[in-house]
Amino acid sequence: MAEEEKQVMKEETTEKPVETPENKEAKEERIEATEQYVQKRVKSIVFSVLSPKMIKEMASAKIVTPELYDKEGYPVDGGLMDIRLGVIDPGLRCKTCGSKLKECVGHFGYIELARPIIHIKFVSIILNILRSVCRDCGRVLIPESKIEAAKQKLDKVEEETNAETRRKEVKSIIASLKTINKCPHCKATQQKIVLDKPTTFMENEKRISPIEIRARLEKIPDSDLEVFGLNPKAVRPEWTVLTVMPIPPVTMRPSITLESGERSEDDLTHKLGDIVRINQRLFENINAGAPEIIVEDLWDLLQYHITTFFDNDVAQLPPARHRSGQPLKTITERIKSKEGRIRHNLAGKRTNFSARTVISPDPMLALNEVGVPDIIAMKLTVPERVNEWNKAHLKKFVENGSNKYPGANYIIRPDGKKKKITDETKEASLEELQPGYVVERHLMDGDVAIFNRQPSLHRMSMMCHRVRVLPGRTLRLNPAVCHPYNADFDGDEMNLHIPQTEEARAEAEILMEVQTQLISPRYGLSVIGCVQDAISGNYILTRNMEITRDQAIELLASIGIVDFSKLPRKEKISGQEVFSALIPEDFNFTGKTRDGTEVVIKNGKLTEGHMDRNNLGEGSGLLLRNIHKRYGKDFAIDFLGKVFRLGIEVLLRVGFTVASSDTDLPEDARKNISETLRIAEEQVNELIDLYHNNKLETFPGKTLQETLELKILEVLNKARNETGALVAKHASPDSHTMLMANSGARGNLLNLAQMAACVGQQAMRGKRIEKGYADRTLSCFKKGDLSPASRGFIKNGFKTGLEPHEFFFGAITGRDSLMDTALRTPKSGYLYRRLANAMQDLKAEYDGTIRDSAKRIVQFEYGEDRLDVSKSENGTLNIKRIIKTHL
Amino acid sequence: MSNVFKDYEDKFPKNIMEGLKAYIPKDTSETKTRKILEEAWKEYQEACVEAGECVGLVAAESIGEPGTQMTLNTFHFSGVAEMNVTMGLPRIIEILDGRKKASTPMMEIYLKKPYSAGKDIRKVALSIKETLFSEVATGFSINIAEGVIEAQLDREKMKDIGITDAILGKQVGNHLKKGYTLRISGDSMILKCRSKEEALNELYKAKEKIKTIHLKGVKDISQVLPVRRGEEYIIITAGSNLRDMLQLEEVDSSRTTTNNIFEIAEVLGIEAARQAIINEVFKVIESQGLNVDVRHIMLVADTMCTSGMVKGITRYGVVSEKSSVLARASFETPIRHLINASLVGETDNLNSVVENVMLNQPIPVGTGLPGLVTTLKSEKKKDAKESN
Repeated sequence: MAEEEKQVMKEETTEKPVETPENKEAKEERIEATEQYVQKRVKSIVFSVLSPKMIKEMASAKIVTPELYDKEGYPVDGGLMDIRLGVIDPGLRCKTCGSKLKECVGHFGYIELARPIIHIKFVSIILNILRSVCRDCGRVLIPESKIEAAKQKLDKVEEETNAETRRKEVKSIIASLKTINKCPHCKATQQKIVLDKPTTFMENEKRISPIEIRARLEKIPDSDLEVFGLNPKAVRPEWTVLTVMPIPPVTMRPSITLESGERSEDDLTHKLGDIVRINQRLFENINAGAPEIIVEDLWDLLQYHITTFFDNDVAQLPPARHRSGQPLKTITERIKSKEGRIRHNLAGKRTNFSARTVISPDPMLALNEVGVPDIIAMKLTVPERVNEWNKAHLKKFVENGSNKYPGANYIIRPDGKKKKITDETKEASLEELQPGYVVERHLMDGDVAIFNRQPSLHRMSMMCHRVRVLPGRTLRLNPAVCHPYNADFDGDEMNLHIPQTEEARAEAEILMEVQTQLISPRYGLSVIGCVQDAISGNYILTRNMEITRDQAIELLASIGIVDFSKLPRKEKISGQEVFSALIPEDFNFTGKTRDGTEVVIKNGKLTEGHMDRNNLGEGSGLLLRNIHKRYGKDFAIDFLGKVFRLGIEVLLRVGFTVASSDTDLPEDARKNISETLRIAEEQVNELIDLYHNNKLETFPGKTLQETLELKILEVLNKARNETGALVAKHASPDSHTMLMANSGARGNLLNLAQMAACVGQQAMRGKRIEKGYADRTLSCFKKGDLSPASRGFIKNGFKTGLEPHEFFFGAITGRDSLMDTALRTPKSGYLYRRLANAMQDLKAEYDGTIRDSAKRIVQFEYGEDRLDVSKSENGTLNIKRIIKTHL
Repeated sequence: MSNVFKDYEDKFPKNIMEGLKAYIPKDTSETKTRKILEEAWKEYQEACVEAGECVGLVAAESIGEPGTQMTLNTFHFSGVAEMNVTMGLPRIIEILDGRKKASTPMMEIYLKKPYSAGKDIRKVALSIKETLFSEVATGFSINIAEGVIEAQLDREKMKDIGITDAILGKQVGNHLKKGYTLRISGDSMILKCRSKEEALNELYKAKEKIKTIHLKGVKDISQVLPVRRGEEYIIITAGSNLRDMLQLEEVDSSRTTTNNIFEIAEVLGIEAARQAIINEVFKVIESQGLNVDVRHIMLVADTMCTSGMVKGITRYGVVSEKSSVLARASFETPIRHLINASLVGETDNLNSVVENVMLNQPIPVGTGLPGLVTTLKSEKKKDAKESN
């Protein structure tokens, strides 16, 4: 991290870290590092600026030479890779703490600068202070009597905005007091100070040297610092001008050894090398009494190197580059931006025990299961602690080893040593296994796993599933849970995480399992429902199907129902009765289908209406919501799984396909359609004629042209809707395309009309297509042509085929919508990130208020009635139902 | 009956209580009513948010997730009005950014009694509309030699809008620099410069200025459209000026509103602005056919307004108010936040989410919130020993 901020960690030192005694014997056997236990908890972090004294105190080495390694390739003492700064080579031991690679966190060093250097990140504050402070006595340019009042005023400014505006305000206060030219304390006249960017301060065209700056800053009394909002305990202004510089530990700038055996140093090391080299030269020149100019030049060069060490993206400076020409990545670049330390490594982390592959559907899995390929199951493990009762059970896994399923990959001794199970170590491991040991066994059916698909936009993007180990190479999931993940199977990949501790497993099971996420916290309805074929199937079944009892039993058996007592004892059984077999006896429900007819479920029997998307689909209708409320989450998910499979099984029996003949229309219908389109075109031509003859009546507030466009659009839209209505009238309601449209499984009437009759007007930004050549859209039209065809009206249907120009217009709007999606995604992503960042620490307190992390109240009552949306029914408490059930 | 309800009056929130009162049949016996209320109370308590629930993030998810499904469709025809209004994602971004200027300001003006029924609706609408000088002028000509600007007036239009020569003369006179004489004769208005020395570009500037002189109506209202909504007539305008509009006699000031949140905050106060944010965001989400509960939008609006000013969800607004240095740094401009924190000597007490994620510690929401109080076996022994 940046050196300028000293980060003192106040730790609760209740327990001392228990270091496991190094056992020599164990060391040889050990394959992986020992487990680390957290004994401390950071309570707070204090930020402040490092004082020169502090820099020296925390340093474990003084760096005096730019050399890195000696002839043998061993780090030079007092060089930048000094092993007192930590070790990055295996086999070496740190001279400061005695630990080895990976154990030693690294230690700071320091260099003594030959001349003071301005820290680039503090330039603005230095300028601010210099301008508001007397050049002679170092007091703020505010008379003693007014300092208190000024402080109060500034405190208020800071509270309302931030510390930066406060500092700007200081200047304007001084300006208003007219003390800018003369110090009210010592009466010395003040000069105008300007900043010659990036780091040179000028007073009356004369340069103020950093030495002078530092001297002036030193003179400011602590009491006056408060005016600037500086905390004298955290920072003295002169510390912003460096006299010593900390050298970051080598562990944060490790060198990499290339294949050729050549060493490649980190960017920071390069930069530090420059600094040390120039610093040494500056020392030598000063000591040798070199001419002022040479010293000044070196001084400036040192300033440049130190500036670019902290920030290589300063506006007025050329960035320091590699020999290859690409700019060096120095401290600021390391921290900031998405790929920087904060967002990449601190706010986001990587995990072990996870897997990722392509997903594929398997409706035979339960909704809360995930099919895991056996290859993955043998890599991912679950730690299980050995005790008297499961010892025999776990021994079997160890016996199987890591190559035979179900086996185990590691055993962990009570002291935390991890041991891999191989053919050689198997026997020994079996022998030593005893209570207290942990076996990392292969993933097995019923284990909990967290399943996730990016982008993880809501909490249903990460749900807990039960593992089902299956052959194959893809992760399998029930297609009904695609919706919350927003997944499809065109090559989507998903991630699987295996919780490793008992707490994590418990949380995953209780809070994250699929059935607990059934109700969306966004709108209080089911997010998981039937989709596509499952809806079509149930629609066909419950609408007008009749099957024999044997068929019904076979159908129900295929979805895993064994109790057929609900089926009426008669020869022919209606689809509604089959569906009713899934519904509990005491369930009552009334709802609406998509076409407005009533759905009635009385005492567990579907007596009226049929099933479609309104009742079975996600995010709509209350059937699923009511079942969930009444019978609980586990029943709801089971019910949904059965209904889903029922739909598919029905389709498997009746057969379901989309045919070209679905879009066939009778001869007179086709004539009607072309007639409608012809009339529309005529009307448009009339309008155009009127327009050319200036006889068109304009709408208020519109130009003649706009009026024409609006009228034409109206005519054409009407025509298209008429053709749509004609198609709807003539298309067979039993065709599978219509079935899908009517049940809401996929597609709508418009899609059918576009296939069968007429695609219609292609619109961009709510207008007909206007872009293209001068006065015309495409070169195949005449100039000034305003006819429907030349402005993007497609009168053919997809089945008859499009004219070349029509196809082109379709491509225009297609491309436009692609652009739209491509531009929208990052925009909405950024909005989401901002929202999440601003609101992530708002939580409900025990007193029912909503507060932020500073305990400021944001809402006194959540949503004005405290209702949790995910526990509500579409955002409300269903009063009518409560009254009905208890009346 | 009524005293049964009274017992529960304080327990239920207002809207649920009202629902209960409305739906429980009047002839229900007291014991039965009590039972229903008791059951409702139980269900209500079960449906309440639990302590530690991370409501903020849920709200953010609930708005952010459908954001990806929204169309960028900036322009949307609001019914027959044919007036362009920013809708969709850009509008949401605009509201949550807390931008001072709406990109398409709009007002909905409700009228008082006789006018709301449609009396003189066109006339009222036209009287609201801002008329600039350029609208009543058909042409301008500049005579360089004599330093004269001549504007041809559209008499018919002036009559329509109701601008007399007197109004014209007064308004133009008020806005002009000294040194011009004004004369209206017939169909033209003649402006003469007293000092003939006036340079050409000065004359030209004067001409341009005359064009934008406000003659009549309410400032900033560029278009008006009377629309029938339900039983009454309202006026929809492009352009917004709430303060002046509320002063008008015909306007029903209790219902008239604008889509410019800052104007509402300024004129009607922060609570009104909060409600405006909720309404505006909800309107957009609804128009896109998406289903998002109001509670989430409420929470966003509340976070924007808690400070007493409308603050956007940006690094300058809500995020800059966070108490934790690391939380601010993890959002945007991390270096700036770290530097400033070090100068002030800020302490981060690690009581929000990101900081604890950074340090690999349990986060203080949800299940990370409660601590477990238990005595370990070894401690027990120690305690026993100490007491001995």
